[in-house]
Amino acid sequence: MIAATFRRVLPQLLILGVVLLLNFAVFPGFFHIEVQNGRLFGNLIDVLNRGAPVALLSIGMTLVIATKGIDLSVGAVMAIAGAVAASVVTGGAGWFTALLAALAAGLACGLWNGMLVAFFRVQPIVATLVLMVAGRGVAQLITEGKIMTFLNEGLIHLGAGTVFGIPTPIVIWLAMGALVTLVVRRTALGMLIEAIGINETASRLAGINSRVLLVTVYLTSGFVAALAGVIVAADIKGADANNAGLWMELDAILAVVIGGNSLLGGRFSIVASLLGALIIQSVNSVILLSGMPPEFNLVIKALIIIVILVIQSPIVKQSIYLLRAKASSTVSDMPGPASRPQPAKETRS
Amino acid sequence: METQMKPILRAKGIDKFFAGAIALDKVDLTLYPGEVHALLGENGAGKSTLIKSLTGAYHRDGGTIELDGAQIDPRSPVESQALGIGTVYQEVNLLENMSVSDNLFLGWQPMKRRLLDHREMHRRAREILKGYGLDIDPTQLLSSYSIAIQQVVAIARAVELSGKVLILDEPTASLDREEIELVFSVVRNLTSRGMAVVFITHFLDQVFELCDRATVLRNGCVVGERKLADVSQGDIVELMLGHHLEATKRRAKQSSPGETILSMKGFGKRGMIEPFDLDLREGEVVGLAGLLGSGRTETCKVIFGVVSADQGSAELSGKSIRLSSPRTALEHSLGLCPEDRKTDGIVGDLSVRENIILSLQARQGWTRPLKRSRINQIVDEYVKALDIRLASPNMPIRLLSGGNQQKALLARWLATEPDILILDEPTRGIDVGAHAEIIDLIERLREQGMALIVASSEMEELVAYSTRVVVLRDRRQVRELRGEEITTDRIVKSISQGETAA
Amino acid sequence: MMRSPRLALYITMTTFVLAFLISASQYPSMLSTRVVANLLTDNAFLGLTAVGMTFVILSGGIDLSVGSVIAFSGVFLAVILRDTSMHPLVAFVLLLMVTTAFGAAMGSIIHYLEMPPFIVTLAGMFLMRGLAYVLSTDSVPITHPFYDTIQDVVWKAPGGGRFRLIGGIMILAYIVAMIVLHKTRFGRNVYALGGSAGTARLMGVPIARTTITIYAIGGGLAGLAGIVYSIYTSAGYSLATVGVELDAIAAVVIGGTLLSGGSGYVAGTFFGILIMGLIQTYIVFDGTLSSWWTKIVIGGLLFAFIMLQKALGWATTKGRRPASESATQS
Repeated sequence: MIAATFRRVLPQLLILGVVLLLNFAVFPGFFHIEVQNGRLFGNLIDVLNRGAPVALLSIGMTLVIATKGIDLSVGAVMAIAGAVAASVVTGGAGWFTALLAALAAGLACGLWNGMLVAFFRVQPIVATLVLMVAGRGVAQLITEGKIMTFLNEGLIHLGAGTVFGIPTPIVIWLAMGALVTLVVRRTALGMLIEAIGINETASRLAGINSRVLLVTVYLTSGFVAALAGVIVAADIKGADANNAGLWMELDAILAVVIGGNSLLGGRFSIVASLLGALIIQSVNSVILLSGMPPEFNLVIKALIIIVILVIQSPIVKQSIYLLRAKASSTVSDMPGPASRPQPAKETRS
Repeated sequence: METQMKPILRAKGIDKFFAGAIALDKVDLTLYPGEVHALLGENGAGKSTLIKSLTGAYHRDGGTIELDGAQIDPRSPVESQALGIGTVYQEVNLLENMSVSDNLFLGWQPMKRRLLDHREMHRRAREILKGYGLDIDPTQLLSSYSIAIQQVVAIARAVELSGKVLILDEPTASLDREEIELVFSVVRNLTSRGMAVVFITHFLDQVFELCDRATVLRNGCVVGERKLADVSQGDIVELMLGHHLEATKRRAKQSSPGETILSMKGFGKRGMIEPFDLDLREGEVVGLAGLLGSGRTETCKVIFGVVSADQGSAELSGKSIRLSSPRTALEHSLGLCPEDRKTDGIVGDLSVRENIILSLQARQGWTRPLKRSRINQIVDEYVKALDIRLASPNMPIRLLSGGNQQKALLARWLATEPDILILDEPTRGIDVGAHAEIIDLIERLREQGMALIVASSEMEELVAYSTRVVVLRDRRQVRELRGEEITTDRIVKSISQGETAA
Repeated sequence: MMRSPRLALYITMTTFVLAFLISASQYPSMLSTRVVANLLTDNAFLGLTAVGMTFVILSGGIDLSVGSVIAFSGVFLAVILRDTSMHPLVAFVLLLMVTTAFGAAMGSIIHYLEMPPFIVTLAGMFLMRGLAYVLSTDSVPITHPFYDTIQDVVWKAPGGGRFRLIGGIMILAYIVAMIVLHKTRFGRNVYALGGSAGTARLMGVPIARTTITIYAIGGGLAGLAGIVYSIYTSAGYSLATVGVELDAIAAVVIGGTLLSGGSGYVAGTFFGILIMGLIQTYIVFDGTLSSWWTKIVIGGLLFAFIMLQKALGWATTKGRRPASESATQS
């Protein structure tokens, strides 16, 4: 099991290793970690810490994408959760109540998305677009358009504090990643999610309740997005409904794709997505540390995506498959590159 | 008469190989102007492959095609259409989101001053469709019209663009009787104008009603070309099935079945399967016989709740139940191995192990995962019991051969310990060895007291293991054969003559 | 029974007219040529982007890169006009060539590598935004006299409305787009592609050429929107127009176009833009309402129109009459 996971994430580990070495090359002190005032410091720690929001989002996004879906609303959900947490603590409640309220808001958003997808059969991209557009407005409504600052130590601790010297965000995303991985892999959830992502018809015929599963993955996505939103708000000691989580859904999708998970659903690896999130953060870091103007960040990111996507594209995959396997009956008669496996009705005589 | 006429299309010695396997072996097809020519054969006989090779959807590996005396070599359906061969498929290949005129004229719209002339287009569309006996508003969306009208629009487009040969690939499969009449009158109209029409269907009645001649394919070879006026339906069925119609020996006497476990009254779904009664008892195999499209698969689907029945009732061991979805069927200890393994059965990228335990796990719910040891035990047991040949249970199921995939799907359902197992074409497309093993398994399960429904196009198979055989035709149960009545001969007769239950 | 795509268009138009009347009944001053002129001027670049987006969405695709392309265009023009002596018109042509080629390249990747448009244009979005940063991270003012000339092209309507050239360009783009979509074979092919790519291929639609042209049009119009935006703001800034793609998509959907493709009208998009502009105008007039209501209302409208489309799609197929009713006795 562990060996299989390792084999699965090997490409991501290699890419991460290379990017980290690049970091080291441009900044020799990169791997230096020290303890100051009982807190770990170092560039590596920064990468892990700064990468927390995208890492958290990528957990939920991995599950959603595994079902052939997508969740565009996570950035807006982050803004809502941050706003809810801030308004609850400024209202005088404790940090834990604020956290619970924020998580509840995240779950509510997830439920909304899940219902639209599972029961109304709205395409996921359309269904989650609604919340992507409206959600940020809702967050601004809660904060009344201002950056709603707070001084609650407990809440700030979630973003800026430490647990046994480790920054709290790192602890949270590692714990969340481990928890969700354990839940999906120790229960049958992971397999059933993969089954509906690969072949929903066959899964339904095998007796799987795809609706419940779909709602579950969007709930998860809403939940981790809320956590990420709270962390971001806590980090800056305020909820910024305008900018919190802005375009982070795209980074999260990217992390999942870099993690080698297919956008067409099916087999997934949360660990690989988390590594994908770290790769994105390390790329940011190398550009920052190299003294290269940060403006190159996006161009490089774009080029990396393009390379990874081309490798993942069906046509390249098929050519690799053709090179490896001897031509099978279906492959030998594909009329053109754009043809897909024909529906059964047509292949029969 | 046709011997004096010049053929409009003459395909000679068409060969087609798929990765070494022969799909078409020197197939000849000759069409005369003004005739409706049926292309017949069971599944996998090569009908679609032949059509695709003729129209250039496939690249043929041998043979020549002559159209109007000139050699042609179309590279794509679009090219063959330009040459004069139009094709209309079972699923209407038109665009529901566009208007009827758009669909008729896409790619060859009338132009005026370099822009589309909509008025002219609609006018001509109206005119053309009138010629097909349709008085509809062509500015409306195609989707606002019934499938039959869409089918006629598809025919009209194909004829306007090609005009010599029209190939109709199961155009009536999803139409009701009145709608079929509409399509038939259109076809007759076309042939009277000198077109040649190839008609592919599984409904033999329709063949005899509409067609002049038939070419019958079996296993990629032409087994006969007949003038339909000279032969009976039985002759054609024999040709298609290729059965040496001597009575197949029934296996050893079956023990008598037990209690009735599932009982259906007036069970059916409009447009899919006529209401039927069926009592299923422990320890019996009910065979479903009939040609493709006769309602075999539909019966299986409606019982399992893949499509929920809109009439009738079902009782399980005396208690009334609703079979509204596969999930409820699973909860009531039913199982279904679907006809189309690839799209409805296997979850390709999951491992064999996961595929085997999928239904059992689905019934338990995701919160209660099967223990690893239990999974291994189940998988080992069935891999051994069914002799599933694999390198490892961890390999993706799509890499297994057809027979082994089928065994794994059987294992999936057997693992749920069902009371009732429905098998739709359990032996299709699998090798001889696995074939015999699956038949043995069916008998074993019956002896253990399971109730089975098996739909199959293989007569000998049904004869070998069925306690009763229900014969279907035109989506209706027409005959039930019991005991000594169960012979391939009787089954074929019931299918072709549609003799009603005595 | 009415045709469903038309019906969606009419609903959008009615929504706009009703909303405008309600607004005007509350604030009579909104019934002025000034408000109308500002509506057109302020939304010109978004309107142009939405035209391109309509093509892309009608064909069943999506283009996330347009906001970045506009920002890139602004910076590109500003830097060229600052650092060279090129005439703005030449720079415009050069820019349109670049963005059109960029769109065509994305279309080619989508078609030939069979990759989802969402992810390809996402990469394009990062790339163009990145290139804009690389050109300049600061806002670069444009001081070319030609820009002043263009900005001075104003038609003063009675009632104080000042109709500017860029609003005119947008309206012209809508008219041309309508002609292309409804009166050319290419336009019908766009709809065909959005209906079903597989069927369109069988019916002889040149899929590769159509797909590439569609994304090229999207890129070209985003470039034109960039030019208009640079005239509007007299500057180029790499952080500008973030999220415009989202507004454009929203306008298209509110305009009654199906996000899954194949059904809709570019005229609907125009009214979608007007509705979105009207919401903002209303909020300005009201003075007490906060800007975030714009997003919430637009989100609500999106939801309403998505549900409406679901209902209409269902109603069209349910309303089918039996074939026999249409058969003439032959």
